[in-house]
Amino acid sequence: MGVKQPKNSLNIISFIVQNRPGVLFRVAWMIRRRAFNIESISVGPTERPDLARMTITIYGDEAVVEQVVKQLRKLIDVIKVSKLDPENSVIREMALVKVSVPDQKARADLDYYVRAFRGKVVDVAPDATIVEVTGSPRKIDAFIELMKGFGVKELARTGAAALLRSPKGIPGEEK
Amino acid sequence: MRLSGAKALVKSLEAVGVEVIFGIPGGAILPTYDALYDSKIRHILVRHEQCAAHAADGYARASGGVGVCMATSGPGATNLVTGITTAYMDSSPVVAITGQVSRGMIGKDAFQEADIIGITTPITKYTFQIRDPREVPKTVKQAFYIASTGRPGPVLIDFPVDVQREEADIDFDEEFELLSLRPTVDPHPLQVKKAAELLLNAERPVILAGGGVIISGASEELVRLAEYLSAPVAFTLMGKGAMPEDHPLCLGMVGMHGSAVANKIILEADVLLAVGTRFSDRSTGKFEEFCKDAVRIHIDIDAAEIGKNVKPHVPIVADAKKALSAIYEAIEKISPKMDRSTWVQRVKWMRERLATIPISSSGSIRPKEVIEEIRRQLPQDSIITTGVGRNQMWAAMYFKAYRPRTFITSGGLGAMGFGFPAALGAKVAKPDKIVVDIDGDGSFLMTERDLATSIVENIPVIVVILNDGWLGMVKYWQDLFYRKRYCATCLKRGCPDFVKLAEAYGANGFRAHTLDEFSKAFSEALKSDVTTVIDVWISPDEPVLPFVPPGRPLNDIILGGEGGGEG
Repeated sequence: MGVKQPKNSLNIISFIVQNRPGVLFRVAWMIRRRAFNIESISVGPTERPDLARMTITIYGDEAVVEQVVKQLRKLIDVIKVSKLDPENSVIREMALVKVSVPDQKARADLDYYVRAFRGKVVDVAPDATIVEVTGSPRKIDAFIELMKGFGVKELARTGAAALLRSPKGIPGEEK
Repeated sequence: MRLSGAKALVKSLEAVGVEVIFGIPGGAILPTYDALYDSKIRHILVRHEQCAAHAADGYARASGGVGVCMATSGPGATNLVTGITTAYMDSSPVVAITGQVSRGMIGKDAFQEADIIGITTPITKYTFQIRDPREVPKTVKQAFYIASTGRPGPVLIDFPVDVQREEADIDFDEEFELLSLRPTVDPHPLQVKKAAELLLNAERPVILAGGGVIISGASEELVRLAEYLSAPVAFTLMGKGAMPEDHPLCLGMVGMHGSAVANKIILEADVLLAVGTRFSDRSTGKFEEFCKDAVRIHIDIDAAEIGKNVKPHVPIVADAKKALSAIYEAIEKISPKMDRSTWVQRVKWMRERLATIPISSSGSIRPKEVIEEIRRQLPQDSIITTGVGRNQMWAAMYFKAYRPRTFITSGGLGAMGFGFPAALGAKVAKPDKIVVDIDGDGSFLMTERDLATSIVENIPVIVVILNDGWLGMVKYWQDLFYRKRYCATCLKRGCPDFVKLAEAYGANGFRAHTLDEFSKAFSEALKSDVTTVIDVWISPDEPVLPFVPPGRPLNDIILGGEGGGEG
């Protein structure tokens, strides 16, 4: 969703919001308004139907990430915000990559890469193949880099979903 | 109780204590107006919705309560936007209620449909759209709670017309559960201790008071702490009135048009205690240079303000009143009252050295004289509102405020046209107080039509127009930064004739070219029971000094002819 700033580290912010219409708009608006440059955002339901979890990944220095967290906490629909430590979290993203595999050699190469990344071939047509791969954003980046050798025709990424490695779910400060 | 959504809304507004609504009806809010017909709530019919929002804001700032404005869907709602943004930028609790097309028509680009939720989400603390009449009582309670809790701000309730008409069994006792917005009001004891020790050991402490001091009612605590520490106090534009300006420790306003002594002394601080301020660029000058060598303590109830513009060493997220109290108590336990004579002498010396030297008269009446005359004739508790531009900065410089909530101005947004409707709102909130709008000709012209409201609704205020015939502040910048190339800033003084304009509405109109004429006109205005407009013709070349050019550090202050000393 923005230009990557490699000198800064990747930060994951996970937060629980009210599951009601307009919440994604409020979060997206705030990010735009404060000119934060986020990498990805994902939304999905949680174990409670009235709450949803959003995950933002963002490259930035401490001050920027701190502001994102504080501005999120200010939103009325946001209930709990945590900054996840990447070392201590499970982070997964899924990508679908459509590539062209014109000959036998290409198919063999593709098959090798897909196995190495524990991906799946999910659609095969004469002129294109769709591959599904799941993993950390970095792993997805690496996979896409390899796919470029085949010619990426189309690409869809989900954005990261993340949980802290703890039985209690998201700890961190109360909002 | 079986009621329509509209009746439920009015009943809910009564239940939270609403006494006044500023607004204009229209098709999509008519059921609610029909319900208002039977209510004790006073509705003030304004002539433009912008006035409704500014008046509700003025009402809130003068009273400390929540101001309410109402408009129909579409253009009625969009006309509120400038007023809502003003309230948002200056943390003023306003609840705006807008009509909306019926549920089935939303998204069809219906007649007078505007996506007011989409439009106002960035300029409010929260927005609601009521989709079911049974949600009304809960929504109103939440809206008022959100608007007035923590850092205050505007909230909008969008109310589709068919929901207003629909009847349902309404439960008025239903409470809301809000899982967020639980502001930290009590300061952390460890941070308080750190702040107290820093202030005790400081050689040159300075306190910077912002609008948060006024909002939290912390003036007494501020003065008590300042006196105990012998710490001089500067204030931001929004903090004007937080400390009586005749107090020996009060330095005056800081920032772009701040007093020379405040700007000089604050940069000499070794410990800065900033309270209830968001460090606006207009107050700090260049962020990186602002008190860069001082140890900075920052108290604010909004955690997101801590470190946003200026990074503090000791952050304290808390209510200003509670934090100032706690710091005072912590200091009082350790140390007797401090005299800090060297520092106090230094401040005194600086104050005398930078004292205003009156420059020779240009022949025209001077804004400073006008404003000092207003102060001389007014009781201490009178309320001033201002337009935006030179008039606003002169009012901030020369009008001495002695009490909180007596100086009301559009600080953050700088919305021209704010002064007059805000004065109407303040007068409605405080009918026993004299309310004076110190305005500019350009600024007043943006909302003058509500002279009609002031006459018809019997809300007498005094408008003093510092009339230079120009968009004066813009012209001033053209003078300084654009080689006097006056593109689109001359308004041609005399059009309109403000005296005749006032009289056309049934208000009093006076013109003043001299201080004597002004003084007489103003005392006439004080005796009048209708609104008076005094058109004061000042020189178009009047400077606004001192001045720190935008983006520069505070010590780049230009003092000019009036400041004396260096400059």
